[in-house]
Amino acid sequence: MTLEYDGWIMVIGVLAAACCAVPGSWLVVRGMGMMGDAISHAVLPGIAIGFLVSGSRSGGWMFVGAAVSGILAAVLTQLVHRWGRVERGAAMGLVFTAFFSLGLLLIVQTADSVDLDANCVLYGAIELAPLDTFALGGLEVPRIVVPLVIVLALNVLASAIFYKEILATSFDPELATAQGFAAKWVHYGLMVLTAATCVACFEAVGSIITVALLVAPAATALLLTRSMKWVIVWSIVLGAIAAVSGHLAAITVPGWIVGGGLDTSSAGMMAVAASVLFLSAAIVSPGRGVLARRWRARRDGQRIAIEDVLGLLFRLEERALSTDQDAVENMLRSDVRIGPKRLSGVLGRIRRGLLARVEEGKWALTEAGRSEARGLVRAHRLWETYLAGRANIPSSHLHSAAERLEHVSDPGIAKDLAAAVGDQDEDPHGRPIP
Amino acid sequence: MTLAISMLDILLLGDWNTRVVVIGTAMLGIAAGVVGTFLVLRKRALLGDTVSHAMLPGVVAAFLVIQAFGGGGKSLIGLLIGAAIAGTAAAWAIPVLRRSTGLKDDAIMGIVLGGGFGLGIALLGVAQSLPGGNQAGLESFIYGRTASMVQADAIVIGVTAFITLIIAAVIGKEFRLLCFDESFGRAIGRREGLLDMGLMLLAVAVTVVGLQAVGLILVIALLIIPAVAARFWTDNFVRMVILAGVIGAVACWIGSSISAMAPKLPAGSIIVLTLTALFAISLVCGTKRGALQRLVRSVGLRARTGRQHLLRSVAEVMELNSTSTWSAKDILPMRSWSHARVRALHRAGLRRGDIRRDGSEFELTAAGRVAADRVLRNHRLWELFLIRHADIAASHVDRDADFVEHILGEDLVIDLERTLAGEPDTHQSPHPLRSGA
Amino acid sequence: MEASTRPEGIARGEEHDPTAALSIHDLTVAYDRRPVLWDVDLDVPAGCLSAIVGPNGAGKSTLIKACLDLLPRVSGDVRMFGLPWRQVRNRVAYVPQRETVDWDFPVSALDVVAMGTYGRLGWLRPVGKKQKRAAMEALERVDLVEYAHRQISQLSGGQQQRVFLARALVQDADLYLMDEPFASVDAATERAIVEVLQTLRAEGSTLVVVHHDLQTVAEYFEHVILLNMRVVASGPMDSTLTADNLRDTYGGRLTLLEKAATALGQLAQPK
Repeated sequence: MTLEYDGWIMVIGVLAAACCAVPGSWLVVRGMGMMGDAISHAVLPGIAIGFLVSGSRSGGWMFVGAAVSGILAAVLTQLVHRWGRVERGAAMGLVFTAFFSLGLLLIVQTADSVDLDANCVLYGAIELAPLDTFALGGLEVPRIVVPLVIVLALNVLASAIFYKEILATSFDPELATAQGFAAKWVHYGLMVLTAATCVACFEAVGSIITVALLVAPAATALLLTRSMKWVIVWSIVLGAIAAVSGHLAAITVPGWIVGGGLDTSSAGMMAVAASVLFLSAAIVSPGRGVLARRWRARRDGQRIAIEDVLGLLFRLEERALSTDQDAVENMLRSDVRIGPKRLSGVLGRIRRGLLARVEEGKWALTEAGRSEARGLVRAHRLWETYLAGRANIPSSHLHSAAERLEHVSDPGIAKDLAAAVGDQDEDPHGRPIP
Repeated sequence: MTLAISMLDILLLGDWNTRVVVIGTAMLGIAAGVVGTFLVLRKRALLGDTVSHAMLPGVVAAFLVIQAFGGGGKSLIGLLIGAAIAGTAAAWAIPVLRRSTGLKDDAIMGIVLGGGFGLGIALLGVAQSLPGGNQAGLESFIYGRTASMVQADAIVIGVTAFITLIIAAVIGKEFRLLCFDESFGRAIGRREGLLDMGLMLLAVAVTVVGLQAVGLILVIALLIIPAVAARFWTDNFVRMVILAGVIGAVACWIGSSISAMAPKLPAGSIIVLTLTALFAISLVCGTKRGALQRLVRSVGLRARTGRQHLLRSVAEVMELNSTSTWSAKDILPMRSWSHARVRALHRAGLRRGDIRRDGSEFELTAAGRVAADRVLRNHRLWELFLIRHADIAASHVDRDADFVEHILGEDLVIDLERTLAGEPDTHQSPHPLRSGA
Repeated sequence: MEASTRPEGIARGEEHDPTAALSIHDLTVAYDRRPVLWDVDLDVPAGCLSAIVGPNGAGKSTLIKACLDLLPRVSGDVRMFGLPWRQVRNRVAYVPQRETVDWDFPVSALDVVAMGTYGRLGWLRPVGKKQKRAAMEALERVDLVEYAHRQISQLSGGQQQRVFLARALVQDADLYLMDEPFASVDAATERAIVEVLQTLRAEGSTLVVVHHDLQTVAEYFEHVILLNMRVVASGPMDSTLTADNLRDTYGGRLTLLEKAATALGQLAQPK
């Protein structure tokens, strides 16, 4: 590993990922992630023709060709969808495969005369990119950096300037059109940006890996935040992380597994890294991750179980019935339906939280426990009163609804509820509202 | 000339090697067309694309495993099993990820597609830098290379295609129900999860055997395009399935023949371009919803509408002025027509023989008279029907009637007359119903 | 002691009429954990023509779908003729809302109606002459014979609705659950549909129909279920469709209950 060579590869990867992140975020929130896939395939004939015309990779022709074929693909998809009444996904698949085959044919046909092969288009040639340099103020800079920087600037500028318009049309295209933002033009504008991004990136990471860099960081960002601005920022950051870690993994991981200093495609590993980031976020994201949701479910379940136990004890005490340890546990098992394993945990928590204690084999609420239980039973009976009065639910069916509702702990709702029920002091069953 | 002969030779399967390849891919085309129809009607086209891209790591991993155990690395069955496992895993991962993240399908598919393909390329990098490996064949899975197909491969494809077709034929009716009305299917006890899984497995099977022929990027075209093209020719599900199979087979036949003619014609591309051409033909010429047919129909409808409007205006003018002739300028105030339109309508009327010219005036021919009476009567019947039976304000009726009466067939008009016969004319209509019209 | 464990406790396993065609007990349904139907409890007697009436968002379609296991239930029990749905599947017909399917689909009216026979046919047997004949008969009952071979997109809205009705007819069921069969159909179709419903009832079937038009409900139906997130009232038309009950159903949304339902939806694991 030489610092300069690998450094440049990582710089190029980061630039490509950042480039993709901006239009990618918009595509993902618009539910058009697969459009990224379609465009990245569909630019191929444009690239090939641009290349044939100019004979070089650095010319602007390739960009023009790619942008034209990208847009053409988007327009044709729309036409086939509208005119032929073909479902949008099928229309997309039809158009992009046709474009891709045309591009492939062009490339294979001219492969002898020009220096552009299909593999390079598909997987990119990031390993070769640092070798093709030009001098910039005494520094040898890879040529590929130039288009990446330009397109990145274009993406960021366009998103900043038209932020409001893109946001409005993404959220509600019809309303936006009614307000004078032409949703159609925003759509095609976005397609132009995506096409330009695909061209800038294909040489670095290849056209299919571009799909991963367009979609995966943006989707990951959506798991972490729900503010559009932060989605864009996060997806740039995540894309950069994926690029750096992807390259590092490419030059190290195969060596660990197979041995012998083996390495593999950096572009491929960047896509893998982006997917791994997504999976990790899906698991550990604090807001929407699987673990966080499990944890919250556990916490809420526990709270509800504790509240049920306290409610039971309160009612037993209220009616001066036995709070015998065994009897209480039996009732909890049969009536509140708490499994035996969870029950001991819940009871333990109640004891440790000093909400109730066992005295001579009998359960007794502490002062704190009693006041909490009172609030709960009050909520239950208020809901029953409300439901009976307002919702006409027959009195025999009030209980199960109230049982669910009593655990709603929002203070605003509790206040409204008390106000709605008024100053009744008995519930429909004739029990006092504490 | 020699080119034409060799082309003919290939198309007619003169050469043994090409015969194997062409028949193999044609069978693939049938199976793909049939399964693709279900996939497209279930609106799962892009899912197939995702699954096929995600097969790359399966192929390469299988190659590495075979290599590690000292196999030749070229065992087609082994590689295809790897592809099938990866494809099935991808098809399974998509709903799982959707449920656990709450993101939309397209984002999930993008990640599975891109991530899976990236992993494949990374593995391919490893395979290529391994010493002594014979990995050259692997890339044919990406682009497709029918030329390398041997008899055994064609048999694998043929058997798979055959099994797929049998399954499709046997439970095609259930797939149709699933695609058309999922909730009704569930309400009569069908398990849509099970059916969807079956459909995905069929798609995976076709994709796997298609990899060799067209490559994993383009195999989706083989599934989508025949179905979409067939839809332009028929409104019948069974015929659509059959036609899609035929289109798939024809495209594969032509495509692989052409590609066998010259060295630098990748089979996948040629087959897909052939399919695209067939699609374009269907889009334009299709008898059910093709562009031409729709154009003809809309021109016909326009002409019919124009004729009826003219006849009705004329009848109204004659009734109003109690004359039997009219001039073009009498018509103008009746309608918001331009001079040019009025002239064109009169020209068309003259051509059809509805009206004849008498100096600057026009009059109806005998046939025109009958037609005009009928148009006017239909119009008033419809108007009255709307006033009586739908709560539409009388002031709106004229517009509505203008539009609808051209859609009304004779049957409905007779039906209307019968409905209205018993009811007295209340003169709510601006145009009272004439007796004996 | 037993009864006192939950002093407010309901008498569980409350008596339900075993002869009822549809009996729903304590059904609660939630979308994404947010309850939209609360403790629905009702019986529809066999052989009656019943309407489900309520404002938009009252959960009318939800109720029908939950009965057929098309939506997961939070709690509750649904029995048809005293048995769970899975055991009487072939005696129950369902008419979904018209918008739920793609009418561009390449099938003819006859094909759609023949789908009604699939339930009895099973997976592998194909549609034969007998099924086609039954489908034709059903089309005849809804007066669509001449449209049998038309592709379904060429039918008008009212005709499409009648195709759905015919598909239910072909199921030859004892209980019909229909979701808004009168939605956006013309007056003539509405009358035709009502006639079919009344014939079915006369033949002894039970029909439960989501209906949105209060003007006609008393004319068409004899039993009514007033629904707004919960059953406001259900029973014979005359005694149930009262001004008071209608006010309770349509007047004043239960904002507090809705708020609480949203809060429950945010709770990770409601009871």
